[in-house]
Amino acid sequence: MAILLFCKRNVLWISSCSAGILEASFRFCGGPDRIGMTFLLTMTPTIPNPLALIAELTHRCPLHCVYCSNPLELQSRTNELSTEVWSRVFKEAAEAGVLQANFTGGEPLARLDIVDLVRAARSAGLYINLITSGLPLDETKLAALVEAGLDHIQLSFQGAREETANEISGTKSHAQKLRVLEWLRRHRVAVTLNFVIHRRNIDQLEEMLALTESSCATRIEFANVQYYGWAFANRENLLPTRTQLNHSVELLKREQERLRGKIRIEFVVPDYYAKYPKPCMGGWGRKLMLITPSGDALPCHAAQVIPGLSFQNVKDRSLREIWEQSAAFQKFRGEDWMQQPCKTCDRREQDFGGCRCQALLLAGDAAATDPVCSLAPLRPKVDGILAAINTAPSAQNFVQPSWLYRPNPA
Amino acid sequence: MPPELNSRPHLAPGCRLGESNQQRMLLMPERALRLNGPSLEIVERCDGHHTVQQIILDLQKIYSKAGPQKVEQDILGYLALLQKERALDFEL
Repeated sequence: MAILLFCKRNVLWISSCSAGILEASFRFCGGPDRIGMTFLLTMTPTIPNPLALIAELTHRCPLHCVYCSNPLELQSRTNELSTEVWSRVFKEAAEAGVLQANFTGGEPLARLDIVDLVRAARSAGLYINLITSGLPLDETKLAALVEAGLDHIQLSFQGAREETANEISGTKSHAQKLRVLEWLRRHRVAVTLNFVIHRRNIDQLEEMLALTESSCATRIEFANVQYYGWAFANRENLLPTRTQLNHSVELLKREQERLRGKIRIEFVVPDYYAKYPKPCMGGWGRKLMLITPSGDALPCHAAQVIPGLSFQNVKDRSLREIWEQSAAFQKFRGEDWMQQPCKTCDRREQDFGGCRCQALLLAGDAAATDPVCSLAPLRPKVDGILAAINTAPSAQNFVQPSWLYRPNPA
Repeated sequence: MPPELNSRPHLAPGCRLGESNQQRMLLMPERALRLNGPSLEIVERCDGHHTVQQIILDLQKIYSKAGPQKVEQDILGYLALLQKERALDFEL
């Protein structure tokens, strides 16, 4: 159930104060608690605090999604961190300034100690998001998770129709998800429905919205597949056509207005079609830290594809030490590593040169400008990939492709 | 659409106040908002008991040097923003 990638790579993570107008208008009357702000400013180190911890609790998963964001080389159960180590990691994370933990996998509910992990993270002071397929869930376990302090559950759907969903996940999973949606009505927890979008389900957005409106969810994420790992291998069958994409953008603009205040719609575009790259992970080593099932600390989900990077493990070092000092987190932090055109680009503080893993996958150089950027020397390569998708006779046909399914590790 | 003056806002499921490094925060699904001064005063009153009107009157008292009209506008704007974020529900 590792779908986090698709949304988190495009991290929005508003952490600034949106009461901007308010603050400004009250400035002259000296609000009562300026002290808090001053404290923050004097304490701010040169390296910003991590804000979110992505805890990949396991790679085990009952689904076999063709776009899974896990690495091609999956960790087995025997290498997974213990409850005790995770609990220490949550404490260290909160002390380092992390606000939220995202429990993901694999399927995080495959961990038998999941309720204990939620409790440990919550008592450390973290806000807890659980990203799940819902497959190993029953109502008793759901109640226990909420009681332990779960704040937000993201339930993944592979489509609005059973046949699409089952094809993409390589398993019969859809009916169970609908059952979970019913149970969720009876619990006080935020609910997001997460749809990973691609060529074979992008025409079902209205049905997905209808499903969400009939549920207790307050958020829906339409996250287009981003092309790494398993998705990179299946890209020819997943990339939507330009016509499909334009149609979906129009539709969601209208729906966002219609559902304002009722359901919040998040939409992540496939960046191959974008003019500028996404600010991947909110900038390398700036906001997020990912811990693999075996305890390696990564600046991003796919960082292991970059040759020459070595990762430190939470079993050996504290989280803060890794965040501040490890070579992997330093490597693309700041701007020193940038090449042209990023180095002198006006947008370099907005998108940080895009995604390092995508630069590696498409340009063969992790320090290159992300080739999806219209200013990148290698943009023609991305245009070539899109041209093939948009002209190939297979682009719109509905014969089942030969998928490379993600297996379940031992 | 601005929130109704006689409705009572309260935090939606999965939204709660938190604290990090002595900074008060509104924690929401995958987001967090720093709260200072007026924004904290407002969110603390989104408890299902205060009406929007009461929140406005309270803050007009606390920030009596600011124009009352301006305070009202800012509060309605901020509540609308939180509503758009799906951080609030309004009971009538």
